[in-house]
Amino acid sequence: MRYLPHTQEDIQQMLQVMGAADLDALFSSIPDDCRRKDEMALPDPLTEWELNGHMDGLASLMGASPACKVFMGAGSYSHYIPEITRQLLLRSEFFTAYTPYQPEISQGTLQTIYEYQTLVTRLLGMDVANASMYDGASGLAEALLMTIRVSRRKRVAVSHAVHPLYRRVVETYFAPTEFEVVELPVAADGRTDLSGLKDLGELAGVALQSPNFFGCIEDLEAAKKSIHADKKTLFVVAFSEPLAYGLLKSPGACGADIACGEGQSFGIPQSFGGPGLGMFAARQQLVRAMPGRLIGKTVDRDGKTGFVLTLATREQHIRREKATSNICSNQGLCATAATMYMAAMGGTGIRELSRLNRDRAEYLKSSLAAAGYPSPFSAPTFNEFVVRFPNGFADTWQALLEKKIVAGLHLGPYYPELSDCWLMCVTETLSKNDIDALVKEVVK
Amino acid sequence: MKEKMGTTGLIFNEPLLWEKGSPGRKGLSLPRRDVDETSLDESLAGDGPDFPDLSELDVVRHFTKLSQWNFGVDSGMYPLGSCTMKYNPKTNERQASIPGFAGAHPLLPESLSQGALALMHDLQGYLGEITGLPAVTLQPAAGSQGELTGMLIFSAYHKNKGAPRTKVLIPDTAHGTNPASAALCGFKAVPVKSGPDGVLLPETVAELMDEDTAGIMITNPNTLGLFEHNIRKVAAIVHEKGGLVYGDGANMNAVMGIVNIGDIGVDVLHLNLHKTFSTPHGGGGPGAGPVCVTPELEPFLPVPRVVKDGDTYRLDENCPLSVGKVHAFFGNFGILLRAYSYILSLGKHLKEVSQYAVLNANYIKEKLKGHYHLPYDRPCMHECVFTDKRQQEHHVATLDIAKRLMDHGFHPPTIYFPLVVSGAIMIEPTESESKETLDQFIDAMKQIAQEAVDCPDCLHESPQFPKVRRLDETAAARNPCLRG
Amino acid sequence: MKAISELKLPEDVRYTDDHEWAKKNGNVVRIGISDYAQDQLGDIVFVELPEVGSTFDKGEEFGTVESVKAVSELYMPIGGEVTAINEALADEPERVNSDPYDSGWMMEIKASDPAELEALKSKADYLEMLKG
Repeated sequence: MRYLPHTQEDIQQMLQVMGAADLDALFSSIPDDCRRKDEMALPDPLTEWELNGHMDGLASLMGASPACKVFMGAGSYSHYIPEITRQLLLRSEFFTAYTPYQPEISQGTLQTIYEYQTLVTRLLGMDVANASMYDGASGLAEALLMTIRVSRRKRVAVSHAVHPLYRRVVETYFAPTEFEVVELPVAADGRTDLSGLKDLGELAGVALQSPNFFGCIEDLEAAKKSIHADKKTLFVVAFSEPLAYGLLKSPGACGADIACGEGQSFGIPQSFGGPGLGMFAARQQLVRAMPGRLIGKTVDRDGKTGFVLTLATREQHIRREKATSNICSNQGLCATAATMYMAAMGGTGIRELSRLNRDRAEYLKSSLAAAGYPSPFSAPTFNEFVVRFPNGFADTWQALLEKKIVAGLHLGPYYPELSDCWLMCVTETLSKNDIDALVKEVVK
Repeated sequence: MKEKMGTTGLIFNEPLLWEKGSPGRKGLSLPRRDVDETSLDESLAGDGPDFPDLSELDVVRHFTKLSQWNFGVDSGMYPLGSCTMKYNPKTNERQASIPGFAGAHPLLPESLSQGALALMHDLQGYLGEITGLPAVTLQPAAGSQGELTGMLIFSAYHKNKGAPRTKVLIPDTAHGTNPASAALCGFKAVPVKSGPDGVLLPETVAELMDEDTAGIMITNPNTLGLFEHNIRKVAAIVHEKGGLVYGDGANMNAVMGIVNIGDIGVDVLHLNLHKTFSTPHGGGGPGAGPVCVTPELEPFLPVPRVVKDGDTYRLDENCPLSVGKVHAFFGNFGILLRAYSYILSLGKHLKEVSQYAVLNANYIKEKLKGHYHLPYDRPCMHECVFTDKRQQEHHVATLDIAKRLMDHGFHPPTIYFPLVVSGAIMIEPTESESKETLDQFIDAMKQIAQEAVDCPDCLHESPQFPKVRRLDETAAARNPCLRG
Repeated sequence: MKAISELKLPEDVRYTDDHEWAKKNGNVVRIGISDYAQDQLGDIVFVELPEVGSTFDKGEEFGTVESVKAVSELYMPIGGEVTAINEALADEPERVNSDPYDSGWMMEIKASDPAELEALKSKADYLEMLKG
């Protein structure tokens, strides 16, 4: 086997050094009643070429972009990934290094993640960002637990317009605890209705998503005023599409205390939903309550600038059961990809790309409205929106699928009250021609 | 090779991203505008983030230079104990980048996702076979989230029996994540002292185990690299009181095909795919932390479950006892795919992986025990733990030894862990390293032991060759500068 | 690390088994950690202190002190209500290392039972304990 360098001669020489008769003798510390008697029932090994064939075969059973035109977002977005991101990421010094415990020989990872933290704070308008969490969903759960630690209160409120799968993860994290999650309703315009906030008692935190699951851009500044009417309540802004902040006012500028969300859009393949990237940022005063690892700038013995893991006393390997989270790693490689992507995009690029996403989505939205299928929600949207088909859409959806067009996500399974609605998404990977092709079928 | 492998090489300085570039440059090919511009309510619009504008080559050079300041498994031996820094096969990357997988949306209908579902279904089967715990979830995004899932299962299991419990036993040799994961589920972590030979004693567990204790978390082989040979007795004591046994599979690389984990009394086990199953370390992630359980505990696994009906695969949400979802979709599929590719490449050879990993660790242990203090002198599993006790006489500490290894072209071992060993040096060579490389590492360690006697300052002043020398971590923590 | 003979252990403060000190200062009692404690911890990078107005019993945890790679809990030498904290430690935690009894003090409390102070260790008793 090409991954295993041992020859029979090597093995014999090494066994002699430790006076062991054979490989089996090395396991003498395992009592006989703990030894496995049968061989593992695993298939015969494949050669590299057989493996390629097998995997290509499995992949051919998938209906993925770009072969399909997928007008579906809902937390996983099809964006172009520049070749440089793909190739630079495979630099094996990044790829095969581990957690930068030894900073002298990990400056590549450390400076990259420091740059990642910086770009994330600039994107979200926040003071500090960590080196990343697993994904948008667990990031939100961790943010809510953080509001509980900071405020020492026991209840949080989450908007009904937050990604329903994120809310389910939050529910899982909260289930074994004594803490409570209450839901905030959605108003007729598709935004969160905060009018009942004051009746919910002492809240540790309130979480909105913007753009929310329906694609609607929340009025974060107005929300901040309602939420901060209670000074101890922390305002959490979640997101699933970071590209929106190329165009929109940032969570920080709107008064968020914590901003967290999914960063997959930034150079990370959709890959059937993971790995993603949990972006996580907060106000400076909250830094010691933050979960996850942090990289800081310092100097070496000769006064040269360098970077290290810092404020590690918050973390599990030091504070054990009192840690701010049990997370041990970050999504290192995904954060690296996002840094490369943000660097390639630049301030000018992100703005243009962000506009194009919105403009193409608006084009589809207005085309469908003109065809008699308006959105039920009036709030402005970014690259996703809800459209209502009062007479059903399932057949048309299936017909479009035959033409390799995936015409959005049916909202019924997630929101029974919107069972005649579909969530549509348009990114830069879908052109005007692709949009026209979809509309043509819908109008038919 | 007689010379030290480390040299200063050709290392370039490189500024921070935002110290480069010029407004208006682009490193990304933007699609042509084919629709009209629309307007957005001014109160919602921002100015866009203050990112530097760079050209494509600016970006390429920046990250190429940064990468050269890093040491990876592809650079040299990386014997970081407890982290299983084995070779990350290149073919895994080829498989992960196939467009059918890389471009797959997680919410497409099952009929358009059969390839991914088949892969997940088969991977569950292989992991079940390797561990002897047949019910498997692939959803946890990392080992730590696997642990959390395990603790959620503990909590749900006892709640379902109508008698929630409040404590979990955790040996003093455990990783810090164990108590942190238990605490997230509201359990109080009760520390268990290991015996004089570094393993758990059944009588200690018996004293602590009661009917308010949900179970025990055991890492086996433990973090000292020793097999917990009382595991069956310990498990029986815990089961007797209605508790469950959690296995931290961080060290699974030592026992594939050697021990059937389900058979020795473990009820729940998480695996770290980036350790045992070769997925990229990536500077700290992403990982994947599948959880394998006994058939009795299957109803508690996260949803959706991947199931096979005849020739087709589907997602099953109908599991009323499930702990819920720990990931928005199905976990880190891209990582699962790499582990699957590794298992198919090795097949039955996986047992040799464990044999050689253990062979390599014992070889290092034998060769170095005359030079470094070995606190537990017994056959080890896949890693061995030394200390700096002998070098302390010359005022040389574990940290100095670690830093000097860099000058020799090696990544240092894990240091100062496990906490129960003062000045620990924890070496895990993995099966990937050949005898020649091990001999070079052993030589370097011996030279350093000699230097500790002859020239302690040479060690205090190390490393000499990397881009930066020892960094001021105190200053970094006192006045944190976390962004530029 | 310092030898026991090198430790600064003033006569006019009382010590606890957990290495905090307490000293009567007018109507209030000042609290900090001993020279031995700061020396064992190494470079201190952060001190977490409670809000003014909070009340704690003797032996209760009131805060933490952090070095780069360790966290230690701080326990009340005697019970009382916090009347002031040393704000300067936020920017200069190193004062706890350089000057543990004066500018490195941590907080002042109004003692709930002044007699508790007398029950703490004298310098001689504390030294005896350190010598083991």
